[in-house]
Amino acid sequence: MKRRTFLQSAIGGLVVAFELPTRSRAAASKLNAYVHVGSDDVVTLFIAKGEMGQGTVTSISQLLADELECDWKKIRTEFPGVSREYGFQGVVGSASIRTGWEPLRKAGATAREMLIAAAAQKWGVDRSQCRAENSAVVNTATGQRATYGSLAEAAANIAPPANVKLKDPENFRLIGQPVKRIDTPSKVDGSATFGLDVRRPGMLYAVVARCPVFGGKVAGFDDSKAKAVAGVKRVVQISTGVAVVAENTWSAMEGCRALAVKFDEGARAALTSAEISRQFADRMDKAGAVARKDGDAASAMASAAKKIEAAYEVPFLAHAPMEPLNCVAEVSADSCEVWASTQMQTPARDLAAKVSGVGPEKTQVHTEYMGGGFGRRGGVDYIGEAVEVAKAIGAPVKLTWSREDDLQHDLYRPASLTHFAGGLDAEGWPVALTSRIACPPFGGVRDGLSRTGVEGVSTMPYSIPNVFVDYHAVDPGIPVSFWRSVGYSQNVFFTESFLDEMAAAGSKDPLEVRLRLLANQPRLKAALQLAAEKAGWGKPLASGKGRGLSVANNIGSFTAQVAEVSVDKGKVRVDRVVCAVDCGHVVNPAIVEQQIQSGIVFGLTAALKGGITIDRGRVEQSNFDKYDALRIDEMPRVEVHIVPSRNAPGGIGEASTPGIAPAVANAIFQATGKRVRRLPIRIEA
Amino acid sequence: MAAVKFILNGKPQTVDVEPRMPLLWVLRDTLGMTGTKFGCGAALCGACTVHVDGRPARACITTAQSVAGKKITTIEGLSADRSHPIQQAWIEEDVPQCGYCQSGQIMTAAALLAKTSHPSDADIDEALHGNICRCGTYQQIRAAIHRAAAIGRGAK
Ligand code: FES
Ligand code: FES
Repeated sequence: MKRRTFLQSAIGGLVVAFELPTRSRAAASKLNAYVHVGSDDVVTLFIAKGEMGQGTVTSISQLLADELECDWKKIRTEFPGVSREYGFQGVVGSASIRTGWEPLRKAGATAREMLIAAAAQKWGVDRSQCRAENSAVVNTATGQRATYGSLAEAAANIAPPANVKLKDPENFRLIGQPVKRIDTPSKVDGSATFGLDVRRPGMLYAVVARCPVFGGKVAGFDDSKAKAVAGVKRVVQISTGVAVVAENTWSAMEGCRALAVKFDEGARAALTSAEISRQFADRMDKAGAVARKDGDAASAMASAAKKIEAAYEVPFLAHAPMEPLNCVAEVSADSCEVWASTQMQTPARDLAAKVSGVGPEKTQVHTEYMGGGFGRRGGVDYIGEAVEVAKAIGAPVKLTWSREDDLQHDLYRPASLTHFAGGLDAEGWPVALTSRIACPPFGGVRDGLSRTGVEGVSTMPYSIPNVFVDYHAVDPGIPVSFWRSVGYSQNVFFTESFLDEMAAAGSKDPLEVRLRLLANQPRLKAALQLAAEKAGWGKPLASGKGRGLSVANNIGSFTAQVAEVSVDKGKVRVDRVVCAVDCGHVVNPAIVEQQIQSGIVFGLTAALKGGITIDRGRVEQSNFDKYDALRIDEMPRVEVHIVPSRNAPGGIGEASTPGIAPAVANAIFQATGKRVRRLPIRIEA
Repeated sequence: MAAVKFILNGKPQTVDVEPRMPLLWVLRDTLGMTGTKFGCGAALCGACTVHVDGRPARACITTAQSVAGKKITTIEGLSADRSHPIQQAWIEEDVPQCGYCQSGQIMTAAALLAKTSHPSDADIDEALHGNICRCGTYQQIRAAIHRAAAIGRGAK
């Protein structure tokens, strides 16, 4: 109930300091959309992005607070509602810091200048005589100080200066520091509120039965047994299935199990993974939409001294964030409110407005912590469902997906197939490379080309004079979307493995080949050199062990990885991963390190375990027993090395995911001579 | 429905629920104690871990009737002020990312530490194997457990 009070008062423009209850009555002045300053000196920073573990709340606060010159201990953060003031609200493409780097520092600096101007006015001195430091303005001539709290009200009435000067990076106090995460304390005592933890007065709980076959629909249902389950209140059909509404989540789940639904399974009722692979393979001898064309790959291949070919394939993948999807919705005739752990506040608001019928002005989204997102919470399907149910039953509702729902009704990372050919000159150096890719289109298609379907191959960083990449959009009807690192997640596995094959075919060291072909990529080359050096590339290893390399250039960052593996009777263990990253100007090195580790674990789960397979038009996996995640005893030692840089920040949340699978696959080749061309990795003993 | 009595975080508690209802939903929905998390509902992820009579248990498959008369500790009851050595160590190592698995990780780690004051890496692997972290905080979890063991030692 504390939360309720807090939300109500926040809406009135008066911000109550939630973390500091003893000062909870202080009025706050809005200096701009991101910064409110309380008369008690508490600074509220509004974080217009979602937090799914990537550290956004902390790193965005660092950007704002550094320029604001405020005391880090006096800040609190809040997720604002959806408002034009913030532009598009959503997190995708590891872009929060990249896009916020300038505007958020400007917002902090503008607020600082307004506070300085208020102090100058108060003292009747020129503002050049005033300096901001540690949540106060100092009169440099007299040493007099005025706290931000005492200046806030006056500052709010000062016109924001148009062109503020940003700090020289030499003077950053918070940016670049391994500041502790703001969200940690609430995440070690159970008090952090995730979407699933939201409770509203009179709230009911809903679980939805959906057709297990993609594209199928409800043909009819008998709810007599469901309604007989204790606690079940209502059964309502919605656009995606049949919702069972009950007094608690468990009754809703039990009711759902008891529900007899007849489905019209539709056109895909016989679809299998093997059939999907066949659809991809059928396109491999046909020309596709051209994604990249450098030089003349066909003639270069024809005149190459040596030519190799290989096919690579990866399966669909689920996101499986730890917190299953859920949303709380409350709809009345003239308002709609949703509480959700979402990556996409603006689209969530727009969908909720449409489904409720009350329009965007009367719809509000309350952003909650996400228990992981990885791209899944870029979809807003579950938010629409909750609004639909809330509207149908006329009561607040929490709609929860079970883990089974999550794995069987995801928007999957697409399966993909590619055929490569590589040509080498007489000395064994790569001179030509072609890749034909078939995968479901995602992220939009233009002239037959899905850019996300080819990124990572088409954007390959190597200076090979003759390159040709083309693409076939093959849509078997499995819903697909963005999964941490998007197309790079499969395509970097493809290119980095095949480049290793070319190195081996030319009897060259994989590092030597990469360094030569990265001559025009100084940042990637430097990262690779650093990773190789730290990993001890070339140093002897015991038998059964191997090292493998990879590089990746996604989300504006540059990473290189060296994996060290042991292979014993077909069992692969990843012992150590060294990752060097150049992500431009670092805001928080501790968060960079966390995210690199996190991305590696995510990619390693997919490399070693992951795989969504289809039979009879439905997903065969339904929980972590068949769709497992990397466990603590399988965790390699991960060492992260940051390349110092003053370039504009790159992204970090997705930087290390693409490179781990090929680094491991290449290490397996070094250890065993066996080439991995499919994921998840399976080696014959 | 039936009245079920147990001791929750040191205080007697009576709930009127379906006897088969899992403790997870009794805690979360009936009692509004949302620190214990739902991840799989099938004892496969560890997110719902609580202590029943001091031993780690998966609340998602533990029925209400089976805990009648028992002592239950949840993340909310581990300490009043985040002072448990595991929580202190978790803060010092800045373990959580999304944080969703962390109640379960912390409860599992606290039970391990209560049983084995100086867990080895192998002890940690064995005890925490059942707790998934999709964000991949395993390296920090391991470091934090070793740190908590040192804090515990210092406190004695
Ligand atoms: S929710 Fe109980 S083990 Fe996963
Ligand atoms: S911190 Fe996100 S699942 Fe563990």
